[in-house]
Amino acid sequence: MTISSAKPGVLSELDRPNSYIGKSVPRPNLERLMQGRGLYVSDMELPRMGHVVFVRSPHAHAKIIAIDADEARRLPGVIAIVTGEELAAVITPWVGVLSHLKGLKSAPQHAIALDRVCWQGEAVAAIVATSRAVAEDAAEVVNVEYEELDAVTDMGTALDPETTVIHPTLGDNLAFERNLDAGAVDAAFAGSDEVVEANFVFGRHTGVTLEPRAVVADWNAAETRLTIYQGTQAPHMVQNLAALHLGLEESQVRVVCKDVGGSFGIKVHIYADEMATYALSKLLRRPIKFVADRVESFNTDIHARDHRCLGRIGVKRDGTITAFEIDDLTGIGPYSMYPRTSAIEANQVVNLVGGPYVTKNYRARARVVFQNKNVMCQYRAVGHPIACSVTEGLVDLAAAKIGMDPVEIRLRNLITDDAYPCASPSGLRFELLSHHAAINKLVTMMDYDGLRAEQAALRKKNIHRGIGIASFIEVTNPSAAFYGVGGARISSQDGVAVRLDAQGSVICQTSITEQGQGSESLTAQIVGSVLGVSMERVRVILGDTDNTPYGGGTWASRGAGIGGEAALQAAKVLRRNILEVAAAILQSSPAELDIANNAVVSASDGTPRIELRELARIVYFRPDTLPPGIQAELMATRHFVPREYPFAFTNGVQASWLEVDTETGFIKLLRHWVVEDCGTLINPQLVDEQIRGGVVQGLGAALFEKCVYDERGQLTNANMADYLVPMSGEMPDIDVGHVVSPTSETELGAKGAGEAGTAGAAAAVANAVNDALRPFGAIITEIPLTPQVILTALGRI
Amino acid sequence: MPISLHVNGERVDANVLPRLNLADFLREHLQLTGTHIGCEHGVCGACTVRVDGEIVRSCLMLAVQTDGASVQTIEGLSDSGEVADLQAAFRDRNALQCGFCTPGMLMAAHDLLTQQAEPDRERIREHLSGNYCRCTGYQAIVDAIETTARGRTRSRP
Repeated sequence: MTISSAKPGVLSELDRPNSYIGKSVPRPNLERLMQGRGLYVSDMELPRMGHVVFVRSPHAHAKIIAIDADEARRLPGVIAIVTGEELAAVITPWVGVLSHLKGLKSAPQHAIALDRVCWQGEAVAAIVATSRAVAEDAAEVVNVEYEELDAVTDMGTALDPETTVIHPTLGDNLAFERNLDAGAVDAAFAGSDEVVEANFVFGRHTGVTLEPRAVVADWNAAETRLTIYQGTQAPHMVQNLAALHLGLEESQVRVVCKDVGGSFGIKVHIYADEMATYALSKLLRRPIKFVADRVESFNTDIHARDHRCLGRIGVKRDGTITAFEIDDLTGIGPYSMYPRTSAIEANQVVNLVGGPYVTKNYRARARVVFQNKNVMCQYRAVGHPIACSVTEGLVDLAAAKIGMDPVEIRLRNLITDDAYPCASPSGLRFELLSHHAAINKLVTMMDYDGLRAEQAALRKKNIHRGIGIASFIEVTNPSAAFYGVGGARISSQDGVAVRLDAQGSVICQTSITEQGQGSESLTAQIVGSVLGVSMERVRVILGDTDNTPYGGGTWASRGAGIGGEAALQAAKVLRRNILEVAAAILQSSPAELDIANNAVVSASDGTPRIELRELARIVYFRPDTLPPGIQAELMATRHFVPREYPFAFTNGVQASWLEVDTETGFIKLLRHWVVEDCGTLINPQLVDEQIRGGVVQGLGAALFEKCVYDERGQLTNANMADYLVPMSGEMPDIDVGHVVSPTSETELGAKGAGEAGTAGAAAAVANAVNDALRPFGAIITEIPLTPQVILTALGRI
Repeated sequence: MPISLHVNGERVDANVLPRLNLADFLREHLQLTGTHIGCEHGVCGACTVRVDGEIVRSCLMLAVQTDGASVQTIEGLSDSGEVADLQAAFRDRNALQCGFCTPGMLMAAHDLLTQQAEPDRERIREHLSGNYCRCTGYQAIVDAIETTARGRTRSRP
């Protein structure tokens, strides 16, 4: 591990002998999940609970002429059938725009469609019954009469004057456009020895969480209070929006998030059917449960990455990259998603292209258009895979053009490790990155020269293997610059409360959430380390707006960096408070005392002085024995939000080693390497597993995953048999290495790691495929790299 | 229809609709919610349980087909200690994140190790290829199973 400490020589609470920081301790919550004793929302049952099933549009764009639900209403067990109009009396519509994305527009979206459906899968009626099976039976006999309208499905023609405008009040199908022109791009291209251009095409894909979206909404008419049990990454955001659109105060809404069966950004939004479920509970005055089935998941969980991006790169013969230029087009479905909007991905693409490199010449245009397809929005690594694939694809094409090795061209152009702080052409500020240390480490880990020799030897035997390299930057620890400045009530700060209980154990309430990343573990590790308390005596409570401080939650690789720092600061205060009381009890001074192994000890020699259990007993039950004027405060709360840097950028580099069967077009992934730099590693194993899981999601996009729509806007593969995801048999082992450049903005020094894997995996694979196919002169800039794509490029079909 | 079966060693008598699948029967009628439902069409493996010694997709089997059968779910295997070593290996290797696939994954892994004492990594990956995990990327799961296999081989007389 290469350590480049931001504060060399300073020993903090985190460097103490029994610190859990930097240790791969097991997560405390695993036993429950392994024994089948977790509590996912789909497991929940409440008294008098009704089950909702939505009747959904089979058309991509149609007028609703009539809904005949008479027969369905008569089925035994049916509680209510509710249309969009009836529900609109309970819940108001929303518009997914943010003011800092200038010009972004969208139309009001209702919980259930009123008179028109805009994508296949949009709900037109809700059926509530005593069981889901009965509700599904009833849904089958609801007769909806539609008048089909022209569907806008091709983003390439969405802006043509003859194309139907989906929302006439908006004037056109352009949701958002951003233009950027930095440096002197035209002069740079003119001065280049070579200019290479390519069209990059990305398959629309989705998150496929194994547990579908699920919500139980429980309106208590007597308390006039709504409790929402939902698998969400952002409970306080859900609280705010449910209250806003139901006409309630936030104090009337409690959001509880227990175990979540995968999220990856899919569960950080508010969906129309979730809003409808809240409203139905209020309308029907009873708990209502909605669990999406797999077809609904494919048709309504946000999609992402439907981009076509024309890219250009200029290069000199010595390998100097002179400029980047992109023209990105993306189709987001009929509405900008609420509340985070569907312009963020394109915006990120503009921000991130060329990000690892020195050149200041960069021009970009991104256009975001409406279509009659399911909505697109933020999914793990938002925009990064697009930006990375375009940038790294162009860099490899440039290298090939001038006959330079892909590693060599990167070494000549990556921002040097001593150049920080600095900024990208799009204005992103980099505090401290380590591109060169990372790629040098990667080259060693993978034995780059050895693989090149092996590749050459195998080529003679007609075996075509390729090596692909992809450097990347990742946005983590977002401040209010991400959403708050645009007017969204999405907290960028997080809070942690820690308290010593009456037996000297620690209870810790945090506003970050857990979907398997290890939020609970990292919080316990930090708190345990600072307090000198063993981890098994730290209990972490999360996912409950009634019982945690206010905060953002877990998304955009922010949990460890922001929530972790809040935990650190809260634990420091509690530690100070404990030592003050201990000093009073022991007739000592706080400076002479420390806490270790669940006891107050002498700072000088570690001699145990008083067990925390005993200290707590005195404080809570015999405060009369404390000196006069001593009021113990064994609970402390601290909040944290980054203020100096809008985002804590991280960096890394990935490599893929694969074999292409030029007869069948199949790709066999042989090995994958990642070196990344997320600053302080709180739990190296958890970081590695975030990276590996992220890589495999990126590999899915690279090879398999695509939502296939026909020209009428019908999603033709909305099931797990036809929409292919990575399974264990096709996935390679992944080696992960680290460079550690902590951020100075926090004492903890941690940056995010959740999206690094997904950011660069597809780019590495695509570059490796092109490397393998170089003898054939085939160049592919499209994913997923299906056998059909490969064989087409080879001219075989 | 009346059915009578053993679930995790306990006798269960129930009246069920012919269309009720085993997964819904376990979850909704017996509140054994450790058996998860991911796709409802036999692809994801989250609902894997053991019926008369064979692992099955409980979403593809009807409850009435289990009349007279012996069914084990993750709750049963956990309480009996049958997969305790596998669970320990999963914990030490962080072979689960959200945990939704884990009960099915443990079922499939234990089934493999019952059939074959020391499968190589490729064989493990192949055996798990009907169990979808979106979080881990599978490597940690393969590692944990490999570790468990070695442990079981060593502890055999």
